Amino acid sequence: MAESQERTLRDVRIGDTATVRRLKGEGALKRHIMDMGITKGTDVFVRKVAPLGDPIEVTVRGYELSLRKSEAESILVQ
Amino acid sequence: MGIRIALAGNPNCGKTTMFNDLTGANQYVGNWPGVTVEKKEGKYTRDKDVIITDLPGVYSLSPYSPEEIVTRDYLLEGGPDVVINLVDATNLERNLYLTTQVLDLGLPVVVALNMMDLVRKNGDKIDVAKLSKRLGCPVVETSALKGQGMDELIKTAVDAAKKKAAPTPDLRFVAEVEGPIKQISDLLGSRVPASTARWYAIKLLEGEQRTIDSLKLPAADLKTIDAAREAMENALDDDAESAITVARYDAIGDVVAETVKKSAKGLSLTQKIDRVVTNRVLGLPIFIVVMAFVYWLAISVGTGVVTDWANDGISGDGFLYTGGGAYEEAVGAWEEEVAAAEEAGASEDELAALAEEEPDPAEFGLWIPGLGAIIGDALESAQVADWMQSLVMDGIVAGVGAVIGFIPQMIILFLLLAFLEGCGYLARVAFIMDRIFRRFGLSGKSFIPMLVASGCGVPAVMATKTIENERDRRMTIMTTTMIPCGAKMPIIALVFGAIAGGNTEETWWIAPMFYFLGVIAIIISGIMLKKTKMFAGEASPFVMELPSYHLPTVKSILLSTWERIKSYVVKAGTIIFLSTIVIWLLMNFGDAGEGFGLLDQETELQYSLMAGLGNAIGWIFAPLGFGDWQATVTSITGLVAKENVVATVGILTSVGELGETDPDMWMAFATMFGGSAAAIMAFCAFNLLCAPCFAAIGTIRRQMESAKWTWFAIGYMTVFGWAVGLMFYQLGGLALGEVSFNVWTVVALAVLAGMLFQLFRPMPAVKKAGASEELEAGAGAAA
Repeated sequence: MAESQERTLRDVRIGDTATVRRLKGEGALKRHIMDMGITKGTDVFVRKVAPLGDPIEVTVRGYELSLRKSEAESILVQ
Repeated sequence: MGIRIALAGNPNCGKTTMFNDLTGANQYVGNWPGVTVEKKEGKYTRDKDVIITDLPGVYSLSPYSPEEIVTRDYLLEGGPDVVINLVDATNLERNLYLTTQVLDLGLPVVVALNMMDLVRKNGDKIDVAKLSKRLGCPVVETSALKGQGMDELIKTAVDAAKKKAAPTPDLRFVAEVEGPIKQISDLLGSRVPASTARWYAIKLLEGEQRTIDSLKLPAADLKTIDAAREAMENALDDDAESAITVARYDAIGDVVAETVKKSAKGLSLTQKIDRVVTNRVLGLPIFIVVMAFVYWLAISVGTGVVTDWANDGISGDGFLYTGGGAYEEAVGAWEEEVAAAEEAGASEDELAALAEEEPDPAEFGLWIPGLGAIIGDALESAQVADWMQSLVMDGIVAGVGAVIGFIPQMIILFLLLAFLEGCGYLARVAFIMDRIFRRFGLSGKSFIPMLVASGCGVPAVMATKTIENERDRRMTIMTTTMIPCGAKMPIIALVFGAIAGGNTEETWWIAPMFYFLGVIAIIISGIMLKKTKMFAGEASPFVMELPSYHLPTVKSILLSTWERIKSYVVKAGTIIFLSTIVIWLLMNFGDAGEGFGLLDQETELQYSLMAGLGNAIGWIFAPLGFGDWQATVTSITGLVAKENVVATVGILTSVGELGETDPDMWMAFATMFGGSAAAIMAFCAFNLLCAPCFAAIGTIRRQMESAKWTWFAIGYMTVFGWAVGLMFYQLGGLALGEVSFNVWTVVALAVLAGMLFQLFRPMPAVKKAGASEELEAGAGAAA
């Protein structure tokens, strides 16, 4: 159960959609992620991973966004 | 009385295209004070009383990035009469996030619903009247790409500015957030203008330090605000910043649901293109093909053909348009004849007669003499004094040529970059390369400058323009010229020849080694620098939009290229020109025993001011194995242009104008260093890594927009080059048995240990440097 509590966007498989539960961390990065539209309750579709294995591309609020796996780790999902 | 319009919007929403449409070439490009963020202003083409300011593209008015701070400060304090908020209608939800924040500021706002043609093409519908009602401001449909709706937009904006009507949005947040906002704005009362009350109330509720500091509220009020914030956080089980962001996006979601009708459909065009272009398997090969094309066009055609052409034309002898092959053959035959005559021991008269027979290019085809040749002939026939001729030819014409010679290749590169950037592929370059580059504190977009740098550092430094993040951009500027450029190749060839001598088989690795030295220097510098105070703080995030693909307009590509070339000529050009003249003065003047005056470059260089300077600072290079004035002067002339190193060696060693591939030149060069391979390697390493040529330095100054950062960059490169040279000579020499163990060996070991420490120590925990603090530091440096 503890595992599902800590499930992050990084753990979402390519081609799956997850709903954002909470954002970890603080400051500029967290604010920037929120400003880009990844907020509590948003659906995020994980589209693909870059050819070298990082970063990933997601679709959120109807547009394409790329973020590093390390940054995806700060996004807790259901 | 003029009307000031501020153009605000997200990146990639067509803002630049619209700005170009509205102002034409009538633009002033500068920088916002203290930051490397570009500031563009222009007059509306149809009404010169309307001044439009293009604000940086931002997603939000958060106080974190320099772009965001500049935008909000300008809107809060700069006082535009009206804001045009450009919105990408195909991506309404995220674009309105900025809009709602701009509406809070209380300035008259007009929303330009851009790319409406694409919305219709997709079969989607937007209820513009309803959207205008909900946002409480006029909404105008536009297509910047096709130039539609511009006149109506400006007319609406001017009307709004004249009415000074603050927007009246119908965008209430959830009650848990709306309650405290109301409470705080009541508390603020008349301390802030009524129209901006909502903005300040929200910022105070978020607990934003910048706003709290600027308002200087009494402690009692701050306590009330803290209590309101805490109550909200408890009610929503979230921190204030998150709660407000969620409330804002929810309110927008409500507006979008009410006004937009999307037709159900599969993948968008962009998604389809990206399925191939950033594909796990195909992504890299496609990337390599695109970059090979960029390299071919910018380096082979740009640096090779076009720049040679320009250099020949401006400071050289001239151009030969046709019959080039026949001319080359004739010159070859003539040179052989001269060489044969010399070998046969021909007298000076005979040689002079032969020299007269040098083939004239004008006889072989369409020949246009170069500007340099024309000026030279004119001066000679006017019997101008020798020093004046030399000043004009070697100083001024060479200086102007150094500036202008780069322009053709820059035009090619910028056309290419503007296209890649405009169509959206550049963002994909960052997406593909990020994994490699972020390890050394660089951005995936650093790849293009580095690639271009293998041809020439000047356009490479200019190409850093496409890197949005200020920290990544500065780091790229500082390291990109360490890649050996075309002009450094002759130095490497010379060193290769001098060390290898006749034995090229066993020492083949020298030339590739210096190439890798450049790449490794960048990696090491990146890792070391990102742990220094100058680059300290959080790693730059890579939460980046992958914009939709668009075919950019010819007009935007041309304008963006024109602007960059203009700013290079004006800002970098002055530095390049002045430095070239100063070096000319130092090289050509001195006292050769007959009083101070002009010197003969071939025989009297040792008396020049430059030689004096070389003697004076030669001790700095003694630990690197080349402390005499000759090697020092050679390095200094390398600052004018790196290929000068070879020419200067030729003059200093009296072998004359032999090339870097001539064995006599190799011998003379090796003798200059007492035959020490370690010293030659140290000399080469220093010259490749130290401060680049003046052209590149001038460009760095232009791109950094800060004297402090320019000096830091130049200083770092030079110190780093010196340290690497020191290790090459002392440690390499020790290993080869050329240098004995001495105090400098210890220093070299200490430097090595220091570098290893900086490389492998963990990221130091530095006090979190707020963006505002950095901004102030930058502003201080600029002032």
